[in-house]
Amino acid sequence: MKSKVKLALFSAVAAGIVSLPSMAQSPAEKVYVPHGKHDEFYAFLSGGYNGQLSVYGLPSGRLLKVIPVFSVFPMNGYGYSEETKAMLMTSHGFIPWGDTHHPELSQTNGVPDGRWIFINENNTPRVARIDLKTFETTEILEIPFSGGNHASAFTTPDTKYITAATRFSVPIPQKDVPIAEYKKYFKGTLTFIRADKPGKMDIAFQVLVPGFDYDLAHCGKGPSYGWCFFTSYNSEQAHTLLEINASMKDKDYIAAVNFKRAEECIAQGKYKEVKTKYAHNYRPDEGDRIARTEWKTSVKWIIPKECPGVVYFLPTPKSPHGVDVTPDGNYIIGGGKLATVIPIHSFEKMINAIKNKQFAGEIDGIPVLKYEAINHCEIPNPCLGPLHTEFDGRGHAFTSCFISSDVVYYDYKKCKVLGHVPTYYSVGHLMIPGGDSAKPWGKYLLPMNKITKDVFLPTGPELPHAGQLYDISANVENTKPQFLLDLTELGEPHYAQAIPASILEPKSLKIFELEKNTHPYATKSEEEAKVVRKGNIVHVYMTAIRSHFTPDNIEGIKVGDTVYFHVTNIEQDWDIPHGFAVYGARTSNLLIMPGETLTLKWKPEKPGVFPFYCTDFCSALHQEMQGYVRVSPKGSNVPIKYGTGEEMHTVK
Amino acid sequence: MSWISRGLIALASLIMIGIYFQPLWKIRLYAPQYPDGLGMIIWVNKITGKNPHDLQNINLLNHYVGMKKIDPNSIPELKILPVIFGFMIFLGLLTAVTGSKKLLYAWAVLIVLIGVASLIDFWWWEYDYGHNLNPHAPIKIPGMAYQPPMFGCKHLLNFKACAFPSTGTYILAVSGTLGVLSAFVEFLRGRKKA
Ligand SMILES: [Cu+2]
Repeated sequence: MKSKVKLALFSAVAAGIVSLPSMAQSPAEKVYVPHGKHDEFYAFLSGGYNGQLSVYGLPSGRLLKVIPVFSVFPMNGYGYSEETKAMLMTSHGFIPWGDTHHPELSQTNGVPDGRWIFINENNTPRVARIDLKTFETTEILEIPFSGGNHASAFTTPDTKYITAATRFSVPIPQKDVPIAEYKKYFKGTLTFIRADKPGKMDIAFQVLVPGFDYDLAHCGKGPSYGWCFFTSYNSEQAHTLLEINASMKDKDYIAAVNFKRAEECIAQGKYKEVKTKYAHNYRPDEGDRIARTEWKTSVKWIIPKECPGVVYFLPTPKSPHGVDVTPDGNYIIGGGKLATVIPIHSFEKMINAIKNKQFAGEIDGIPVLKYEAINHCEIPNPCLGPLHTEFDGRGHAFTSCFISSDVVYYDYKKCKVLGHVPTYYSVGHLMIPGGDSAKPWGKYLLPMNKITKDVFLPTGPELPHAGQLYDISANVENTKPQFLLDLTELGEPHYAQAIPASILEPKSLKIFELEKNTHPYATKSEEEAKVVRKGNIVHVYMTAIRSHFTPDNIEGIKVGDTVYFHVTNIEQDWDIPHGFAVYGARTSNLLIMPGETLTLKWKPEKPGVFPFYCTDFCSALHQEMQGYVRVSPKGSNVPIKYGTGEEMHTVK
Repeated sequence: MSWISRGLIALASLIMIGIYFQPLWKIRLYAPQYPDGLGMIIWVNKITGKNPHDLQNINLLNHYVGMKKIDPNSIPELKILPVIFGFMIFLGLLTAVTGSKKLLYAWAVLIVLIGVASLIDFWWWEYDYGHNLNPHAPIKIPGMAYQPPMFGCKHLLNFKACAFPSTGTYILAVSGTLGVLSAFVEFLRGRKKA
């Protein structure tokens, strides 16, 4: 009798455990990554108006790194050091700030491969490549003939191209015209950037399109390979009070660009080569690691009228924001942010409509397809303000809804809503690892919100942004996503990407090999350290190793000199950076990784003896890692003298 | 000499060739800041790190307590030992070919002497390395010496140092044993005859 009770109890418990696998662990258990273990995913969240890219671990939500991209970063000298400042060069000169929106991992066969991550800059149109061995920005390309580069940097499944476009149409080419003549002069460009060769990023071509606001993009995959889709709003072509004037029509357009057709037209000479000037900045991830600007002088324009079939307009309700292609490549989901439905277009229907010329009209030589001919379905009453969609790889779409502050998830083939989960508050983008690729790792969902209010401890009027992590690993047909964690975000994350740690972790670089350092001012041993004057330019060839600089005493510098401290960290040990800062320098400190050479430019303005020191607590004798530079008045004849320890070298 | 002892001494010599390809001793250092450990590998003719830059990093850490820099180029043993063992291989093979008992006994005595001398030399080198400290070292702990262990593990400040003989030393032990066994066989045979 007793044993029977025990058996029944045991069976009940066992059945409970088996039937509720995902609920067996509490949220706290699911996000706790104990010491000695690492997170399962790397997540890359754009920093919005901080111009950078944040790296987080998931599911813990730990901030791992801020990668400087379009904004200077005094923390490590990015944009200040002689080796990095060319990264921020543009045709408008050096720009210390940018607005990052959409990170996109490079892909192979439609799957994120962990080679690079790209990200766009919205304000002064640019795109960047970040290397995922060093987690450093290695390349930035400026986009000419553009304004507000928002529909960027979305990749093709082979990373052949990444996209750029004009969210703000502008006079193309730029000229001084009355704003009221918008319709006459303002145009948009849809740009395809060749992205598969590091150091060789280049604008392949730009498609000239009517002056709408091109908002977001995603490229086709599988059956829809060869196409990229760009949403637009303001097909009204308003130039003022857009909130009213650009919200008149009940449909705007998704521009479907056939880039294979564009390639054909280019091969047949059906393009216009246009003179312009834009910057291509490249900092190699090995060798001398010095960023240089290459000035590019022309782009190829494709005019749709002259290259029929290169672009079609898909009517889409209403002022659509996101455009997302299902993992199978068959459906295109528009986030009609003012629409009461979520429209899903069928790629197959689109191709048939093109074949059968089911056109509703034409704008500037671009055929407008019939809505009914391309639409797969409309998700009825999904939520309010649908924006962006990601996929779990199991036939489900997750769409963020700004106004109703929630995420709606549904079966996109059957067009059936399955449920909603709340966000706190007013979600913008959302992210599932690999969620815009051909093969999502559908384990977590991260909606990223625009309004925080009471989620965290308040920090004055300016609050951090909040994201919510959900577990979606259970079948969402019958199990609600489980809310796991609120995480704080830096700046304003727009889009994000994530990739399994197992892909990136093994190849993350530990040190730069000193032997392979080809920087012209590298000092590879203390014996080679020296100070060289050339007129009023002084080059200091300096080494840093625990726990001293060589030289650490420098004399013979004069007011009016320009001093370059070329500091080589000659350590070859993991995680032993050295810092370098000098009194009164109007730049920043340098944070020099083992094997790396970085240069700080300093113009002393007053005579005196000024300290410099290591800013990174590198060792037990870190506080002793300091030195002095003596500055004499202009015209004095103090000789150059330098050294560390007993020996001082005098240069005559 | 019997064929057995000739075979044994030949085998002893041939096996000894292996020490040119296998490390003699391994020293590992563990500390909280070095979760993967640092490692020093001693070969008959060189000293290397377990990872590419370990030797440089060990030297870097050691300079804080004033230990000498380990510079393989300034350690004479690494030049002498390869010659000595080369000679022993040659002598052993010569013994097997000629069948000379005198050479065999000489070989057996020599290998024992070389073995003992090498161990004493190694210990002395470690002693010197751990005791002969730069008086200007930044970190000085009264009474503290940093002599690494020869067998087993030992705590040296924040490091746990472990040292163990490696394949090359075992090869030498087997080779020496075979050679001495060969000499012993001959010695017994000689006594029986007499
Ligand atoms: Cu330091």
